[in-house]
Amino acid sequence: MNPTQPVPTLDIQGLKITLPGTARPVLDGVDLTVRAGETVALVGESGSGKSLTSRSALRLLPPGAVVEGAVRVGGEDVLAMDADRLCGVRAGSVAMVFQDPRAAVNPLRRIGDFLTESVTLTGATSRTDATARAVELLGAVGLDESVLRKYPGQVSGGMLQRVVIAAALMGDPVLLLADEPTTALDVTSQAEVIALLATLRERFGTGLLFVTHDLDLAAAISDRVHVMYAGRIVETGPAEDLFARPRHPYTAALLASTPRMEGPRGRLAAIEGQPPDLREPLHGCAFATRCPLATEVCDQRAPLPAAAPGRPEHRAACHHSDLLEGSAVDA
Amino acid sequence: MPENGPRNVLEVRGLRRAFGAVRAVDDVSFALPEAGSLGVVGESGSGKTTTARIVVGLERADEGEVLVRGRSRTGRGRTGGRAARLARAREVQMVFQDPYLSLDPRTGVEAALRETLRLHFPGRDHARRVRELLDQVGLGTRAADALPRQLSGGQRQRVAIARALAVEPAVLVLDEAVAALDVSVQAQILNLLADIREQTGIGYLFITHDLGVVRCVTDEIVVMRHGAVVEQGRTQEVLTAPGHPYTRLLLESVPRPGWDPQAIAAARRALQGVSAK
Amino acid sequence: MTAVLTRRPGLARIRATGSPLHLLCLGLVAAVVLAALFAPLLVPYDPNAVDLGNALAGPSAAHPLGVDAAGRDTLSRLLLGARTSLLGPLGVVVFSTVAGIAVGTAAAWRGGWVDSVLSRSTELVFAFPGMLLAILIISVYGEGLLAPVIALAVAYLPYVSRLTRSLVLAERARPYVSAYQVQGHSAVQICLRHILPNIAPVVLAQSTINFGYALMDLAGLSFLGLGVPALTPDWGRMVFDGQTAIQHGYPLSAILPCAFMVLTVVAFNVVGERWADRVARRDR
Repeated sequence: MNPTQPVPTLDIQGLKITLPGTARPVLDGVDLTVRAGETVALVGESGSGKSLTSRSALRLLPPGAVVEGAVRVGGEDVLAMDADRLCGVRAGSVAMVFQDPRAAVNPLRRIGDFLTESVTLTGATSRTDATARAVELLGAVGLDESVLRKYPGQVSGGMLQRVVIAAALMGDPVLLLADEPTTALDVTSQAEVIALLATLRERFGTGLLFVTHDLDLAAAISDRVHVMYAGRIVETGPAEDLFARPRHPYTAALLASTPRMEGPRGRLAAIEGQPPDLREPLHGCAFATRCPLATEVCDQRAPLPAAAPGRPEHRAACHHSDLLEGSAVDA
Repeated sequence: MPENGPRNVLEVRGLRRAFGAVRAVDDVSFALPEAGSLGVVGESGSGKTTTARIVVGLERADEGEVLVRGRSRTGRGRTGGRAARLARAREVQMVFQDPYLSLDPRTGVEAALRETLRLHFPGRDHARRVRELLDQVGLGTRAADALPRQLSGGQRQRVAIARALAVEPAVLVLDEAVAALDVSVQAQILNLLADIREQTGIGYLFITHDLGVVRCVTDEIVVMRHGAVVEQGRTQEVLTAPGHPYTRLLLESVPRPGWDPQAIAAARRALQGVSAK
Repeated sequence: MTAVLTRRPGLARIRATGSPLHLLCLGLVAAVVLAALFAPLLVPYDPNAVDLGNALAGPSAAHPLGVDAAGRDTLSRLLLGARTSLLGPLGVVVFSTVAGIAVGTAAAWRGGWVDSVLSRSTELVFAFPGMLLAILIISVYGEGLLAPVIALAVAYLPYVSRLTRSLVLAERARPYVSAYQVQGHSAVQICLRHILPNIAPVVLAQSTINFGYALMDLAGLSFLGLGVPALTPDWGRMVFDGQTAIQHGYPLSAILPCAFMVLTVVAFNVVGERWADRVARRDR
């Protein structure tokens, strides 16, 4: 490891996951880094493997998964850990916020119990200390003490998601995995939760991996965006670059097919066809069958990620990236 | 036709519905012109879904009226036999949010369409009509034999649209019909809906929380909050120059580059503070 | 929302964990049913042919399972007894399933006072022991298979109706039911064509489990001398008739029907439980 650079919070290298009964890996060579205090967005449609990637940081893998590559949290490989150490990682250094707060919280227990149980169960903290910490974190997420005695059914979805975030912070995590944390919320509460995540990241220096299907949301909140398609990362880069000058046709097509508040109204530039089926093997580029730029080479050889000229941070895995450059997509 | 000029295919007058002490729908009125597209926008708890359910007849209204082509479908005509039920079905049809739950898991695509056709148009050539409908929603004949679980989310939503169109209704209510779909599939379905409206002149009542979708597919818009209408007008005008602070907040909440979630959160709290008093 | 099948605690523990047990039980169920169907062709002797001179003889070439205290062939009585012993529970299950589904569906679909009346009255039946109800009805209507079958069917009805009610409530909340309503289908059509086929596997699994219990209950009644007429071969009746044989040290004619009953009940339960588990797993 390079001594001049601090160890990244999350470092996924060449992660490849194969599930039984599929013809191609569900994740195929995923590289992803989250540094301390950084927000990284992972964008993709359903079935792209974005949730699986984020869950791999906790080694929450489907049964029968065959895994290659490395997933390092704070320099330690989660995939190679023994059960005790893994338990420590799950309880402390990595926390997860799920899509639907109502599904993540036991409706029959008070919010106070939900917040404190994870730290008191390990025996590391006394009940009073845990409650004090819970009150402090509730303050940080903009809620007051009275919430502790309420039941999940008595608070709104947005408030409950803030409770879930506070619970995730109870173990002082270095990495927060947020899997579509605002999809089940209203647009205005979404803003509130995003604002909260941004503040907390600054205050606690937590690394944040934000998984979403919404490119606009990803661009609005993150330092870097990774776009996934069919188990591969097709494009990586700073949000502005990705938006202004996408170098992968899939990113460009996603941008064009999102109905948004600017630009022309009426028909959208839809991407025809369906994402590739897991039961069929892939030979070349996964997007080739739906891509307007596809040529023979795309069907034969999977493209490797290459940096844009002059922008080393902006990488795309496409044989024809240079054709896209300049053809400004409405963004 | 008794009147001249542009007619309203759907008219909602003074709808009210309370669940206990909660006024879910509170004096809601709007009109949908022939072959028009009207968006009803709001967050959860705004009453937009209850309004839609009253319009299609899944929920009753405490007060108010729903008229289709000038004829009331609430009140006296509500009860009645088979003929009245079928007539009501031919006025308004609905496409539901979740394509995974809105089709009977045991009924195949063609069987589902035939069932509807048998009910509404007995004695016609159903095989041809089924092919027509599948073609209209961009599904091949190969999909005809499939069960819902063999189809993707987008394909299921196409089936749901085909089934609604089979009744040949005057108005189609789309309750968050694209919210559960992936962005690329969502665009396909929105384009499909635009094509169908062009071809058939059906009216759309679009229930959604997504302002991007509303801007893309509707001519007029109704903004609802806490069961009441806070603003309505031409979509283009309301979205470029919102009159009500709540509409402004909704607009600002849509994520975009350079978006400031802190400011929106503050504005939201301010607005809640005002309405709480 | 998942529906919970009602299983009596003791037998619910016998689970078909491995598939060999399940296959064995499936085979046993098939064998018993076939034996009952073809019993008249298979029996070597008239089951009521009394041969007092040969009473309590052990197994021999002529009587492979021996004879009872009255000299009747045990094998013939077992085979023909399978008919009454299966027919009775079948009647109980068919009646309780059909009526239970009707009551449960009506209660769930209509809701309101219909639901209250139907649910409260079935709960009333719950509070009254099934066997007691059966004995009561038999004492009024006298001997015969019909009275105990109806009595037990009424006693088993609440298990089915309660399950059906919860399943229909869950199914009704699914948007596809609303979709059919919007399309103009009548409530009866929606229930018969769409809701019932979707909940049928779970309800039928419950009925299979009920079958085993009904078999035991009916055998218990005929052991007490209630229900089945004296001369009709029946497993429960055979155990009763065999009591004297046990006292004389020839237990075979009493023990065999017992063993058959236990095996049949266990087999039906294992098959039903397995079915229920598979249905539960396949469901969502």
